[in-house]
Amino acid sequence: MTRAVPGATGVEAGPRRGPRGFGNVWPPIAFGIGVLVLWELVVRIAGVPAFLLPAPSVIAEQIGAQFPVILSTAAVTGGNALVGLVVGFVIGVALALLAARSRLFGELATPVVLAASAVPIVALAPVFTIMYGSATEIPRRLVVTVVVTVPVFVATARGLRQVRPVHDELMTALAATPWQHARFVRLPGAVPYIMTGLRLAAPAAVIASIVAEYFGGLQNGLGSRITSAAANTAYARAWAFVAASIALGLLFHLAGLLVERLVTRGRTA
Amino acid sequence: MVGRARTLVAAVAAFVLLVVAWELVKLVLPDDGVVIGDTRILPHTDDSAMPHVWTVLGKLFEPEVAGAADARTVGAAVASGALFTLGLALGGLVLGGVLGMLLALAMQRFGLLERAALPYVVASQTVPLIAIAPLVAGWGGKIAIMGWSWQPWASVMVISSYLAFFPIAVGMLRGLNAPDKSDVELFRTLAAGWWTTLLRLRLPASVPFLLPAVRLAAAAAVVGAIVAEISTGTRGGIGRLIIEYAQSATGDPSRLYTAILGAAALGLVAAGAVGLLDVGLRRYRGSVR
Amino acid sequence: MNAVLLSGVQKRFGEVHALDGIDLEIAAGEFVSLIGPSGCGKSTLLRVVADLEQPTSGTVEVGGKTPHRARLDQDYGIAFQQAGLLEWRSVVENVELPLHVHGVDKAKRRVRATELLKLVGLDEFAGSRPSELSGGMQQRVAIARALAPSPRLLLMDEPFGALDEMTRERMQAELLRIARETEAAVLFVTHSIPEAVVLSDRVVVMSPRPGRITEVVTGERPGADQDVDDVRESGAFFAAITAVREALRKGHP
Repeated sequence: MTRAVPGATGVEAGPRRGPRGFGNVWPPIAFGIGVLVLWELVVRIAGVPAFLLPAPSVIAEQIGAQFPVILSTAAVTGGNALVGLVVGFVIGVALALLAARSRLFGELATPVVLAASAVPIVALAPVFTIMYGSATEIPRRLVVTVVVTVPVFVATARGLRQVRPVHDELMTALAATPWQHARFVRLPGAVPYIMTGLRLAAPAAVIASIVAEYFGGLQNGLGSRITSAAANTAYARAWAFVAASIALGLLFHLAGLLVERLVTRGRTA
Repeated sequence: MVGRARTLVAAVAAFVLLVVAWELVKLVLPDDGVVIGDTRILPHTDDSAMPHVWTVLGKLFEPEVAGAADARTVGAAVASGALFTLGLALGGLVLGGVLGMLLALAMQRFGLLERAALPYVVASQTVPLIAIAPLVAGWGGKIAIMGWSWQPWASVMVISSYLAFFPIAVGMLRGLNAPDKSDVELFRTLAAGWWTTLLRLRLPASVPFLLPAVRLAAAAAVVGAIVAEISTGTRGGIGRLIIEYAQSATGDPSRLYTAILGAAALGLVAAGAVGLLDVGLRRYRGSVR
Repeated sequence: MNAVLLSGVQKRFGEVHALDGIDLEIAAGEFVSLIGPSGCGKSTLLRVVADLEQPTSGTVEVGGKTPHRARLDQDYGIAFQQAGLLEWRSVVENVELPLHVHGVDKAKRRVRATELLKLVGLDEFAGSRPSELSGGMQQRVAIARALAPSPRLLLMDEPFGALDEMTRERMQAELLRIARETEAAVLFVTHSIPEAVVLSDRVVVMSPRPGRITEVVTGERPGADQDVDDVRESGAFFAAITAVREALRKGHP
């Protein structure tokens, strides 16, 4: 069995154990169904109040009832996440390329990126709102952009650093210029890492998009619906929007995973 | 030593450059920003949107409420708020971390549990769990556990803890499963039971996986605590301070900026705490990265 | 003109004295192996010829030029122990790499690469990905790549070291055929005595560090009309192996 690589923050959790095929699929499905059934029973029988946890059946009903609103608000939140993801991706890759090219730039950029990964970037939402006004989506998109830039930069920088020594020597033996070295070996070699960065950034974009909505501004996204439903004690409705947020996050994650797989197909693992 | 000094100088230089860039943007860009059609492309750069760096820093020493008796400075208010939130975030981190590690141990021990629960735990890292924050906030004042009524700050800690829980559970499990098959078999030939193998092989091997997970979890716990404070309206924390200062920011935004600096400092301190943990566990770090 | 000429070559890495007074000539079309214990400097010597290392003193000529000039002019092809194929390029694109780097146009590159793949017997796999090929096949592609600029000299650093014995013997036969057809000179580093003997015109035996040439043994490289398997079972082959082994022992008290 291969050693799992730490720090290569994929969502896998080490070597797979247990039976292949169906044997691996039924436990999580059974677990999920079991939890839902248990949840429903406990809420009904023990009379758990709605503010604590509504029953799944009630939530499902609300999802149906609110579906058009869910779609339109999800489109807004998802749209902000997407814009931020794309812009943040471009900026992240560009900065990493610059950092690889210029040692000075790299040394200056690294502490900034490191700090950015530790601080709550979403706290910048009010600042952007002041700068751009509260009647626009731009503050949220900016927050998402900054949030996305960090993992993309880190992943791209790592990819650009990873040249296999034999490829390095090959380029020297072929008398390649530094640009040719980058073009033929370093950049294509970095692509899997860049795609991993994109995959990791995608759900983060959704999370940032929703969190940014909690800091005020336009009330047209999923986050604001959750808050207003909770404030109006319409808890099942709030949970319906929570379910929609979870679905949106999963959607972005799967899209990121798909792009990663497509771009790196045919290469060795 | 030269390398360390150089990184320090680079970090300081980078932040100085950021400050310079801020002032440059203020200087060069038009006060009203740039609007193309309906969309504002460049922001307002006048003093009511982007205060000068020195205005913000100066604000730290001014009294929070003008003319009030026994006034504390803005700096003191921000610091106390940041510390309050830090406490809740770290508390959440520890709570979520311990529970996450316990779940990981259980999943390592029972393969069936891992197969059943792991997909959900992994998927939870990709979904915005923070969306539940306003709902947990709703527990405030409504439930009592053994006579102790649910305080708003408890909601904050719960929210922080479940955001920290998932990354740590995943990271710990990967770490526990990381040893090579040949190492595990070695322990079996030494007639070592599950517990001994855990203590002597799996736990040490899991450190290089756990540390990045804790770093991630700490950042998530901090964000969670701040957002939770906003959702619950918890007094005393930096989240509440940010919202309050944002509301009074039309006249004077520099207070808001100080609160945000406080939040940033909070994040850095939490990261620093994780860094200390990293140093403390250096022996087990292995040759990773 | 000699393919390679080394005269009084010394190489030090700080305190470590890797090569001591190496004098060696390799004639055009000649196949010479370097063999010796680990750390004897044989790879270092190859890398000096390749201009991947600079000698501390002494002179090196590759086809009458300095190694640096020879590298810039792409006068040699090199194969490492790891095939080092670029996983995002197809097999034929990997063979084209040296030509692509040096600005040869697409059509010409493709013709040359296809012809080389035929030479190494892999023309069916032109469109495949390296990840689909076995170790031996990847190494053949690497050799084809090394031959792309039609060099007069091939440098090979234990290219078959990672292969199993059967594949190794097959690859040796392939290499002999390729060397004969291209008439290139070959400088070949190896750990394996039989491999050195069957491939080479001459086997250069090196001493442990600091690396010196202990002895040069005549190899049993098959002639154009000889079968390599016959050579491997001949008395002269075993005698040469014994001679190399004794030379190794001589330098290794």
